[in-house]
Amino acid sequence: MAEFLLELFSEEIPARMQARAAADLKRIFVDGLQAAGLDFGSAHAFVTPRRLALVIDELPLAQADRREEKRGPRADAPEKAIAGFLGSVGLSRAQVEERDTPKGLFLFAVVEQSGRPTADLLVELSERAVRDLPWPKSQRWARNTQRYVRPLQAVLAIFDGVTLTGEIDLGDWRLRFTDETRGHRFLAPEPLKIQNFKDYQAQLADAYVILDRADRKARILEQATALAAAEGLRLIDDPGLLDEVAGLVEWPHPLMGTIDAAFMEIPPEVLTTSMRSHQKYFALEDSAGKLANRFIVVANMAADADRDQTIIAGNERVLRARLSDAKFFWDTDRDAPLASRVAALGNVTFYEKLGGMADKVTRMTDLADYLARSIDGCDHALAARAAHLAKADLTTAMVYEFPEVQGIMGQYYARHDAEPEAVAAAIAEHYAPAGPSDDCPTAPVSIAVALADKIDLLVGFFAIDEKPTGSKDPFALRRAALGVIRLVVENQLRLPLQTVFDHARSLYGDLTGPGATADLLPFFADRLKVHLREQGVRHDLIQAVFALGGEDDLVRLLARVEALSRFVASDDGENLLIAFRRASNIVAAEEKKAGDSFTGAVDPSHLTETAEKALHQALSAADTGLTAALKDEDFAAAMLALAALRAPLDAFFENVIVNADDPTLRINRLRLLTHIRSAMGKVADFGEIEG
Amino acid sequence: MATATTADSTAPARDFQSLILTLQAYWARQGCVILQPYDMEVGAGTFHPATTLRALGPDEIWNCAYVQPSRRPTDGRYGENPNRLQHYYQFQVLMKPSPVDSQELYLGSLKAIGLDPMQHDIRFVEDDWESPTLGAWGLGWEVWCDGMEVTQFTYFQQVGGIECDPVPVELTYGLERLAMFIQNVDSVYDLDWDGVPKDQGGKVYGDIFKQAEWQFSTHNFELADTDTLLRQFDDAERACHALLAHSRPVPLPAYDQCMKASHLFNLLDARGVISVTERQAYIGRVRALARGCCESWVAAGKDAQEQANG
Repeated sequence: MAEFLLELFSEEIPARMQARAAADLKRIFVDGLQAAGLDFGSAHAFVTPRRLALVIDELPLAQADRREEKRGPRADAPEKAIAGFLGSVGLSRAQVEERDTPKGLFLFAVVEQSGRPTADLLVELSERAVRDLPWPKSQRWARNTQRYVRPLQAVLAIFDGVTLTGEIDLGDWRLRFTDETRGHRFLAPEPLKIQNFKDYQAQLADAYVILDRADRKARILEQATALAAAEGLRLIDDPGLLDEVAGLVEWPHPLMGTIDAAFMEIPPEVLTTSMRSHQKYFALEDSAGKLANRFIVVANMAADADRDQTIIAGNERVLRARLSDAKFFWDTDRDAPLASRVAALGNVTFYEKLGGMADKVTRMTDLADYLARSIDGCDHALAARAAHLAKADLTTAMVYEFPEVQGIMGQYYARHDAEPEAVAAAIAEHYAPAGPSDDCPTAPVSIAVALADKIDLLVGFFAIDEKPTGSKDPFALRRAALGVIRLVVENQLRLPLQTVFDHARSLYGDLTGPGATADLLPFFADRLKVHLREQGVRHDLIQAVFALGGEDDLVRLLARVEALSRFVASDDGENLLIAFRRASNIVAAEEKKAGDSFTGAVDPSHLTETAEKALHQALSAADTGLTAALKDEDFAAAMLALAALRAPLDAFFENVIVNADDPTLRINRLRLLTHIRSAMGKVADFGEIEG
Repeated sequence: MATATTADSTAPARDFQSLILTLQAYWARQGCVILQPYDMEVGAGTFHPATTLRALGPDEIWNCAYVQPSRRPTDGRYGENPNRLQHYYQFQVLMKPSPVDSQELYLGSLKAIGLDPMQHDIRFVEDDWESPTLGAWGLGWEVWCDGMEVTQFTYFQQVGGIECDPVPVELTYGLERLAMFIQNVDSVYDLDWDGVPKDQGGKVYGDIFKQAEWQFSTHNFELADTDTLLRQFDDAERACHALLAHSRPVPLPAYDQCMKASHLFNLLDARGVISVTERQAYIGRVRALARGCCESWVAAGKDAQEQANG
């Protein structure tokens, strides 16, 4: 049993690609070893900015020997067939045997394959890893033809304590496998001779390289938290930034810097965006949750008092330059009222085939006004005003420089212009919800504008037939549809979606393309199914309700799904479902035989058995109850009405023979069951429900 | 002066012109051809034919370095912003094929100008470079020194839509920013230009360029005659196409016209007369010129080689 250690040492790997690359490296080896029939103990991959490493332990030194028998043609087969067989197994006529089989005399070859040394396979897999690692973007360098994420500089490959004999052919240069690596680029650049993984990890740690990403993250978090605590502050959680920063350093060293007081009047969203996206700094807050005038930068150097001061001062100066730009924008953007900027949106593209942003805003304004009527407590004039101003901040210098704060800046500028607070809030919130975990607006005006923005987008792109296909959704239409679903459902809006789509479509006027929005509702149905499934609702229940068709009121649809799911979980529901299946199986079979359906009215005079009379009565009562309950949209009551059918239906099946000899009785009974089926079908398609 | 310590005498001078001289001397020592700026208005050092065209051919080995004044009309701030200029200097290095120790060579240049990596926090942060007007792209990093982007480091993959083979590495130093960092000043206009004390006629950056920034900002944003610019753009485009189509193709003068068109587009952009949709179309037109020049340049190189061999 032996250990394999591989290190692909390169120039700096982009942070965002590192975690995936480590997983891919491991997968390539695990798959390759499995395909070669080699068992192993465990495999772990590691990644730092300059290295991808893999350790696999408990590997055998060679594959097991294999013995394989192959049957060839008949012994008296034509010369050519026999020669072909001998060629395929690489043996001579004398080396294969003849065997009697029930089908005659056949040639048999026994091929003994001795297992290959594991070392050979590892060399091949190492070459394959360099070749096949699926980087999002890769490059060539110098005169080489081999691509890699950035220039590959060295390959360490040790198996069972010995350097593997092999090399990576880059096309021009060749990288011979070694047992050497290097530590931190500046703090420990000398070569390190490595024995095994344990030695590798330990020597790297002495050479200012923390191999394990998780360890780097823990160290950053621990030290940054301590630095913050020393000032009575708290680190603002930012797992995405932590991931990225852990990929920018081999020896993380958090340091704290100060933001000039003059910049603290800039909106905190701008400060954090500037610090985060441009400088990769962590933001801090005080005990009241207010953004503090401190930041944390994670350097890639060891602690050293003088150097720390230099690094902090340098970073503070960079931030000062960035924020002085932001402050300039903050001051000058407010010179022109937001409302005066709407005209300039004519120069901002929405989408070429769908016109400019100014057109979009005009449509959104009408649509928000229209939607306001279906939203409790929504002032339609405020909704229209907010929609009119919603995109105006796209023409401000601040949003041009920091696109992440679109909407938020609009809110600040609207407040500055003394627009009503509901309008300002709606401008900030109209892009929400941007994902399943994003907060969903609840203020009436915000809801109207958020819906108008998304519905306009969806209707436009569906009208010009640029719908999402497979994994391609360049305009994030799926996210927009989910946004609409969440806005409607979470705010319990009674909105006939098809009517809204038609209205939104009419606002576009003429467009090149099929121009229809008929596919939009089914697209919503699919999105809703995904959404509900993620919330743990059974997909067959969703299907059972969707199968009814024509429903575009999501709130009503969900109420039905919920009542149904409660009903089928109950004892009555479960048993009624069994009886329903029995009834529909019988009816379906007889319909097939007769080539006709049994939808005619039940003739009470031909009901002979007590049980069928009782069922007929129960059905009439249930039908009346159902009709009333459905009219009131009281789906629980509708389910209750159905529940009353359970006992009579069970009794019917126990005591009545459907296929009676008398055709009149038989047809009447089949009609009775058909009516049961259609009554239940008013509530849901029970046929879709799985057992 | 006689009392200067060893450390002082080896520390490089920090004024702006010395920064340029030090970088030139360093890259000359690495075997680079030291060129002078190209004598036309360009948006970046990459536009210099020594980079754009030489990245493609005909030499198998091409190492050069030069300063290039660069003009970005939209970045003008009338001399009021301490960090933004419509005219600034880039120091550009191109090495083809990219040396095995490209990063080490680059770090050596930082040391030469007084940025010892052991005294700072130097990092290579992913930044893929693309020039839509040149039809060029590459992968690499921005190099950060204590959080400040001091250099763009790029392995060219394509120029003028043509695959680079061999692959060059391009280093672009933003000289003003680097000098501000080294001199520890917060405004570009306070940069010491020549190391001469003020009372002996020494100049700071603002003495030389502040007036120019105001004048050119005024011109670029307000005064430049857009009809003339539009006409000149069309003229340059037509001239470029005509030169490329000539029976004796002359890619170098054609490329001059391409650079002209590119700068005229930048001026039109600053004047705010190009809408978002038109913008893409203009960029596409300049890219077509760049592509044509690069193709013609590569073809001319091949012809010359065949003549030499035949």
